[in-house]
Amino acid sequence: MKYIDEFRNPSIVNDILTSINKLVIKGRSYKIMEVCGTHTMAIAKYGLRDILPDNIDLVSGPGCPVCVISQGEIDAIFSLLEKEDVILFTYGDLMKTPGSNNESLLTYKAKGVDIRIILSPIDMLKEIENTNKELIFVSIGFETTSPANAILIKEMYKRKIKNFSVFPYNKIMPGIIDVILRDKDLNIDGFICPGHVAAVTGTNLFEPIVKKNRAAVVAGFEIIDILLAIRAIVLQVNNGTFRVENLYKRVVSDNGNSLARQHIDDVFEITSSIWRGVGSVERSGLALKDDFQQYNVLNKFDLIIESIYDKKGCKCGEILMGKKSPYECSLFSKECKPESPIGPCMVSTEGTCAAYYKYMVKSEHY
Amino acid sequence: MSIIDLTCGSGGRNTHQLIVDVILKNLNYPELFNMGDAAYIGNFAFTTDSFVVTPEFFPNCDIGKLAVCGTSNDLTVAGARPEFMSLSLIIPEGYKKENLEKIIKSVRTSADEVNVQVVCGDTKVVDNMSLKSIIINTAGIGKIIKKLNDYNAIEVGDKIIITSDIARHGMAILLARGELQFNGSIESDCCHLYNLFKCLDYNCLNFARDATRGGIAAVLNEISEKCRKGFLLYEEDIVVKNEVKYLCEMLGFDPLTVANEGVSVIIVKRDKVEDVLKLVKKCNYGDNAFIAGEVIERQVVMLKTIYGGLRNVEMPSGLLLPRIC
Ligand code: SF4
Repeated sequence: MKYIDEFRNPSIVNDILTSINKLVIKGRSYKIMEVCGTHTMAIAKYGLRDILPDNIDLVSGPGCPVCVISQGEIDAIFSLLEKEDVILFTYGDLMKTPGSNNESLLTYKAKGVDIRIILSPIDMLKEIENTNKELIFVSIGFETTSPANAILIKEMYKRKIKNFSVFPYNKIMPGIIDVILRDKDLNIDGFICPGHVAAVTGTNLFEPIVKKNRAAVVAGFEIIDILLAIRAIVLQVNNGTFRVENLYKRVVSDNGNSLARQHIDDVFEITSSIWRGVGSVERSGLALKDDFQQYNVLNKFDLIIESIYDKKGCKCGEILMGKKSPYECSLFSKECKPESPIGPCMVSTEGTCAAYYKYMVKSEHY
Repeated sequence: MSIIDLTCGSGGRNTHQLIVDVILKNLNYPELFNMGDAAYIGNFAFTTDSFVVTPEFFPNCDIGKLAVCGTSNDLTVAGARPEFMSLSLIIPEGYKKENLEKIIKSVRTSADEVNVQVVCGDTKVVDNMSLKSIIINTAGIGKIIKKLNDYNAIEVGDKIIITSDIARHGMAILLARGELQFNGSIESDCCHLYNLFKCLDYNCLNFARDATRGGIAAVLNEISEKCRKGFLLYEEDIVVKNEVKYLCEMLGFDPLTVANEGVSVIIVKRDKVEDVLKLVKKCNYGDNAFIAGEVIERQVVMLKTIYGGLRNVEMPSGLLLPRIC
């Protein structure tokens, strides 16, 4: 925890800011995408947009695990809760996400559905001994959370548990990074790459970015981490030489964590998956391998994921791709607020719209 | 059909909306509209509160002490001296008598600390399907010293004093639930604010509130809405104990939105602030007090980060939900 104070030291922050200010070339703009939702929140929390030079433009990418689940996937959870008496286990962020019917897990809970918020999937193991009801886990998250989800599923398999199943909604980065890079309007100069994802995958996940002549810097989540990453990106852009730089060596080894990857490989295989506002993306999701298909809640309860990618009027899809800012959504801060969210970008604490709503004080937007 | 979910009771925006939409719409008594910590009736301040907390015993506190402090604090920050209170218990069948007695003893100890007398009460026992743990409701009454819930008294340029480090109570409860699988414990900040206020010169105080549910963020947003002015806080001056800060960090909570039970926000004239702070720091429970910021014209609650960036301090929108990863 000493990192918290060291990596927030104001005088170091000032030095890096001064250095960034000296490095940026006047008249040139630097568009930098942070892929991960935790970066989005941190940038907002520290008021970074306020203190960076004006020609550095930070845009948020598709890295909030709750935001990128498609509307159809959310609706499938609700349709199960409508017809079956089960116990649902979920991460806290998902509680407020609205379905097409404008219900949320919170309102289902209020109506008496047994919904439990967990911090770690392993918490479910305690419950399994106490009940004969079907226990259902909403398995979401990127490479960071997937290993723990895989361990849970393996454990259930080992114990031959029958009353357990999962919504297999895990997403992975490679496919979506491809989509962003293939975009013909791609005008991102550099990427702040998600540190925790890289801790699992290793840094070569981001090689495709530099092949497209864009900067890629793996960063941690403290203000100094983020500023150093921005500085590194500015340097790469100025020099016109691009490489994957790892500035989060205290956590990320270049080869990642092979044990964590093994857990994922044991249970999941790579598949296409539906992303909010984007649609189906190849190599961007995890499906259960054959041995574990018995735990697929969609088969077990005959659930269909409708192809609804977005909520009406919501621009989350474009926001997730860095094409629009929340200010360009006409619903932002009017109909759509954290207490009455329309899209998931407003629901999740890591969502771009929530971060903007929460932390932006620029008066012209109010 | 719209139903009431947990966010409606968490002290944030949805609670506020529910009160406006359903309660104030039908109960439009002028005194109720003030929505302060207590109502002013003649020379008296009158308040009520209900307490539900799991677990009911936690470090440095239990639901009995919480009930007495909560009620006496509401009277205190309204500018009154707490004198009498009622105590109603709703108990689930099967509840241990031993635990009830522990709670009642703690009510007594806590009431004695500020010379409050419990003068009426009620007891109900309900079936354990409808209730899992004990609920306490209280009302309290006290003589007004100076009305401290008058929004008109707040002026641009006034300073904000927060009487203690923040966010300890909320994190204490969360840890005490034992679901987090962290070792260690945090002590609740629950205490009698009257013991602090009684040493202050009320002439120097313009306004006071206690920052319970929804924390500093909720209370400042509420005041801002009522007085039509805003607040600017300085991050570098805000005191949060390390263990609380780190736990919040790990779970993704903003300490400004976490509940306190013995922390008051006091608004004072700019030129009096150093004097008041000095006094507060000398009083019981005031040693970690700090000047948090000031009243500004624009009706918004903002925080200047230690790096000089500005951010909004929003009304917390609902429950504190631990986030993924
Ligand atoms: S402001 Fe709301 S509706 Fe608009 S894009 Fe964001 S989440 Fe969607």
